[in-house]
Amino acid sequence: MIHFDRFVLANGLRVLVHQDVSTPMAVVNVLYDVGARDEDPAKTGFAHFFEHLMFGGSINIPVYDDPLQLAGGENNAYTTNDLTNYYCQLPAENIETAFWLESDRMLSLAFSKKSLEVQRKVVSEEFKEHYINKPYGDVWHKMRELVYTTHPYKWMTIGKELKHIENATLEDVKAFFYKHYNPANAILVVAGNVELQQVKNLAEKWFGPIPSGEKYNRNLPQEPVQTAPRFLEVKANVPLDALFKCWHIYPRTDDRYYTADLISDILSGGASSRLYQNLVKEKQLFSSIDCSHMGSTDAGIMVIEGKLVKGVNIKDADAAVMEELKKLQQEGIAASELEKVKNKTESAMAFEDMTVMNRAASIAMYELLGDADLMNKELEKYKAVTTEKIAEQCKVIFNENNCSTMYYLSSN
Amino acid sequence: MSTTIQNKINQTINRKIAPPIVDAVNFNLILKPYKQFNLDNGIPVYTINAGAQDVIQIELVFFAGNSYEEQKGIAATTNFMLKNGTKNKTALQINEAFEYYGSYCTRACYNETSTLSLHTLTKQLDHLLPVMTEMLTDSIFPEQELDIYKQNSKQRLAVNLQKAEFVAGRLIDSYLYGDTHPYGKYTNAEDIDAITTDALKAFYKNYYLQGRAALFVSGNLPVDIEKKLNDAFGKLALSAPDYKNPFIAATPVSETKFRIQNDAAAVQGAIRLASPFPNRHHPDFKKVMVLNNIFGGFFGSRLMANIREDKGYTYGIHSYLHNHIQQSAWVVSTEAGKDVCEVTIEEVYREMKILREELVDEEELLLVRNYMMGSILGDLDGPFHIMAKWKNIILNNLDENYFYESVKAIRETSAEELKALANEYLLPEKFYELVVY
Repeated sequence: MIHFDRFVLANGLRVLVHQDVSTPMAVVNVLYDVGARDEDPAKTGFAHFFEHLMFGGSINIPVYDDPLQLAGGENNAYTTNDLTNYYCQLPAENIETAFWLESDRMLSLAFSKKSLEVQRKVVSEEFKEHYINKPYGDVWHKMRELVYTTHPYKWMTIGKELKHIENATLEDVKAFFYKHYNPANAILVVAGNVELQQVKNLAEKWFGPIPSGEKYNRNLPQEPVQTAPRFLEVKANVPLDALFKCWHIYPRTDDRYYTADLISDILSGGASSRLYQNLVKEKQLFSSIDCSHMGSTDAGIMVIEGKLVKGVNIKDADAAVMEELKKLQQEGIAASELEKVKNKTESAMAFEDMTVMNRAASIAMYELLGDADLMNKELEKYKAVTTEKIAEQCKVIFNENNCSTMYYLSSN
Repeated sequence: MSTTIQNKINQTINRKIAPPIVDAVNFNLILKPYKQFNLDNGIPVYTINAGAQDVIQIELVFFAGNSYEEQKGIAATTNFMLKNGTKNKTALQINEAFEYYGSYCTRACYNETSTLSLHTLTKQLDHLLPVMTEMLTDSIFPEQELDIYKQNSKQRLAVNLQKAEFVAGRLIDSYLYGDTHPYGKYTNAEDIDAITTDALKAFYKNYYLQGRAALFVSGNLPVDIEKKLNDAFGKLALSAPDYKNPFIAATPVSETKFRIQNDAAAVQGAIRLASPFPNRHHPDFKKVMVLNNIFGGFFGSRLMANIREDKGYTYGIHSYLHNHIQQSAWVVSTEAGKDVCEVTIEEVYREMKILREELVDEEELLLVRNYMMGSILGDLDGPFHIMAKWKNIILNNLDENYFYESVKAIRETSAEELKALANEYLLPEKFYELVVY
């Protein structure tokens, strides 16, 4: 059970406080309700690019990092398809430094030309490092475009192409800031060795005077139901053939999400799971195989991806995966197998909650989903999943018309 | 809050002025001491009992790292295959035994040591310890399991060899230490092919069944932890380590500049600059950690400020000291655009020169001191992190003075000392230079 208090400033900023006096540190986590899904299809990669610019100086403070480091703090940020999250951890005595820095960049950035030019290059190198100069680096660019015809999840957070970032102008940057970066679209979580009243005072002092800004109302095109299987074959300079299969699942707050999550664990949550045991160890068709899902806010996807043992025909490997899924659909699972993945979930949650930083980020994320207290109800929702629900959802999810398949073949 | 008070606050805040801070450099950092007891067979157990979550981590450290193998890959494969079958359990049964209770049994192999670790909810402990005991007494290394492991390892290697950063990491280590030294050798497909179950069984016998070991246990510990661990591991034919590892001299290569083409279509180069450096027992080590932070050790470092934040040549550039027990190396590592690799190297050398010729000013030095202190303070969060610090100290044959002297070095190393250290160590002619495209 993770305790927190919540209050809202007059400008609409939601503030959540989680006290933990066992640590000498404090965490200040600011989540903005904007991700890659909110981008213009002609200007993709912008939310992530913007995250870089948030470190390029704000209206009153030329450099973000120096004062934080001087106060003994560390920070980082990440952008997903759904949200952008900034967090810093520093000795609790110096917490006001974080309020000062975070409130100033919520108030306004400096919009420096130099920062724009340099970060354009940095993000371009990040793009090359992770998505070009690496075997299988473009897999998710291709796969997302196959799976999503309509929803903006069809592009990755890094963006569709480098050109979109290369063409970004200072005007684009300003427009994005004023649209998304304001108290009405943010959640502030303060955690660690702090007092509620202290946080109230500091939040009023530093964030209170920031104009509310307009609440961004998201109205995204939703993905239509897929009605026929999709297939793509790619040849690339990689040493091994690889198989990718995706199925549409449910939004994060849908009750069926928990069933889908446990199904992915049954298939590949460890070395005793079905795909690893049957296809890597027994049939030896794959040298590695994994089932996961995106955990996205809007309806996400379940993924099975595997690298084939050299010499295996990819159609045979694909058929073997389908056979495993068919087995699940026809025979369901034993109660003990369900118990196993529930135990795993319980323990994974306990390990995740060990650091204050993780707890702060979780509080912010669940608040974004609607209510931070959802976090404390998760385990119950997992426990409510039954073998019947698993069997039912295996039939619904792994329907052949819901499937997209990519053969990513070695051209060597 | 009333509007009048609100207005007053608005009038009084000046956003251009930083709020006052307590300099972290003045913090009194305490490394929570461990408790030690010995099992009946003399194996030392180090424990940290703390934390709010009902979780525990048990790490068995064996002196069974790759320094002890006579044939490449034997130590790592033996360690990996501890989970692949015992007299009474198949690999699947072992995996199920842990996974049913939501726990994780992991293993890892390093240069001097290898580990077998358990992470679990404390309440499940009794179900799991007997399985670990069995892995340490009755592993059988089945032929078929080895075949699968070899096949999959070779495939993973083939993928990795296409990554410039992987190739660069292997090569720079072989230049620094020599390709027969434990820190410098690497495995190729034919080394994997040559591994036999007989070699694994022999290694298991010498270094696990009759090996030297220590236990590091942290988290929310049950009251009878001593008895539980003694029942599980106290009767094994193991002995206590002395933490004195046999010194193996490095055989560095004489050529120092390398440009290697790995992929004709590469858009980036993996750059590694590296120079041999003594281990943690050397008096300069702790002070050099401060110099390293200024140079390239964190986001606010000079290499990051210049090469990423000013020039945009890379997504990230870092310098660090190898975390090796016997001898270390000072390394600069980055992936940069193919056309800017050579200028990136020039800029790294320029930053070395500035550190050799100019004193670090007080403002920057205070920032780095505070940052490092804050970072240690943050690192001491939770029992697992505290134990990780202790484990590093103990395995390096050091004691708590190392921690407190490191803190002292952060507080007190002067700008003059840093300049002198830069003149001693940050000399381009002492560095190997490698770019893999």
